Amino acid sequence: MDVPAHITGTVWKVEVSVGQKVAAGDVLVILESMKMEMPVEAPEAGTVKELRCQPSQPVNEGDVLVVLAP
Amino acid sequence: MFRSLLIANRGEIARRIGTVARSMGLRTVAVYSDADAQAPFVQEADQAVRLGPPPPKDSYLNVEALIRAARETGAEAVHPGYGFVSENAEFARACTEAGIVFVGPPPESMARMKDKAQARALAAGAGVPVVPGSDGTVADLAGANQAAERIGFPVLVKAAGGGGGIGMAVAGSQAELEKAFRACADRARAAFGRDAVYLERYFPAPRHIEVQILGDTHGNLLHVLERECSIQRRHQKVVEEAGSPLFLDGKSPQLLRRMTDAALAAARAFGYANAGTVEFLVADGEFFFIEMNARLQVEHPVTELTTGVDLIGWQLRIASGERLTLKQQDIARRGHALEFRIYAEDPVRFLPSPGPLKTFQPPEGEGIRVDAGYAEGGVVTPYYDPLLAKLIVTGKDRAEAIRRSEGALERFQIEGLKNNVPLHLRIVRDRAFQEGALDTHFLEHHAKP
Repeated sequence: MDVPAHITGTVWKVEVSVGQKVAAGDVLVILESMKMEMPVEAPEAGTVKELRCQPSQPVNEGDVLVVLAP
Repeated sequence: MFRSLLIANRGEIARRIGTVARSMGLRTVAVYSDADAQAPFVQEADQAVRLGPPPPKDSYLNVEALIRAARETGAEAVHPGYGFVSENAEFARACTEAGIVFVGPPPESMARMKDKAQARALAAGAGVPVVPGSDGTVADLAGANQAAERIGFPVLVKAAGGGGGIGMAVAGSQAELEKAFRACADRARAAFGRDAVYLERYFPAPRHIEVQILGDTHGNLLHVLERECSIQRRHQKVVEEAGSPLFLDGKSPQLLRRMTDAALAAARAFGYANAGTVEFLVADGEFFFIEMNARLQVEHPVTELTTGVDLIGWQLRIASGERLTLKQQDIARRGHALEFRIYAEDPVRFLPSPGPLKTFQPPEGEGIRVDAGYAEGGVVTPYYDPLLAKLIVTGKDRAEAIRRSEGALERFQIEGLKNNVPLHLRIVRDRAFQEGALDTHFLEHHAKP
């Protein structure tokens, strides 16, 4: 499952690593845009299969940040 | 008076300071990041210097690049605006060392205000009521728990050195406090290099009212009355006005008098000179010091337009060593002013919405002023705060200002990105707003779509 950025901004922090198990609602990535922090949460439980972003990388709304495997 | 001024900021405030400075005969130097190369504040300046790439640390926060730009252009003074380096005592010192006049308070006064725990202690020492809280910062969770037990839940957790809503969280229980402490300590470390956070009592429905201060370097100090800034989202102001509805028609004169006296006492305790603002929470007829801001406020125009005091002009004159010729008894309010911060953000969930400004047509008319940082065809990037423009509306009284505002907001045309004009329209049409029944949680209960 692809987890996209819900705002355009910059990646402030990546809170998970590949292989990590996450529960629904866990914070995966924290984005920063216009002086505001926005957590990106796991929509459902799973395992982090792929990280497609790194700190300070600019992202657009809709860009996939994390891929979760069920 | 110096003859040239570098403006170490961007957007609407850089533009506004430039306009005032040029009207006083000064040569203005703009500095810009790559994201702002085409911005109006750059085009209007007499000279412009590129600072670097868009991220603030590489551009508007880059002290070395700013000082170099001032040296290379022969700028005699620097105005920092608000945000960025405006409250950075190190930057002020660097200016002084380079022989450049810093338009703001003395660096030591800035340092006293910047550390909020220290500022609180200084204010309390000067007899100014402060919000009950941790005395000084707490460095660990055990300390936070102890302080919270003494203050009583709910508590507000703040990162020392934070501001503008960054590094703040409310905790209603011990479990929430643990989470809030970790988030704020993280933020304080990331931004300011240390873990210090402090706690204070959280009021469920306070008003935010602040007092404008103006002082010179010869010991003259006066206040320029109050502003109310209760309408906020995420602890950031959305609508401001002068005067506060709490004091309209001569209501509660003793409370206002006590607040302006306290603001002057706080400013004296900080050794203040230049323009500054003392912020208070007001609840149940009592007021409490929050902080003193060592800079021009975003919302300064509502004071200027109702008192006739040119705050930016005075900042420049005071920085050049001139004496304040205004007297406290000359300060009086005429009419009412409202300021609406037009943000590039979703008007319902308040999420940031950078993008291209395909259409940008601000309203015009009697009593309407728009301070805009962008022009049609410009692009709003995610690197800076979401403020596109300020719509400032005056009227002979509050009711007239509100009616004019509604018309002005209806005529404000913005296309290409989400913006909060629809939110402002809901606010001015809200009965509680019209009655002046404001508190800092107004937007959680009112002006819903």
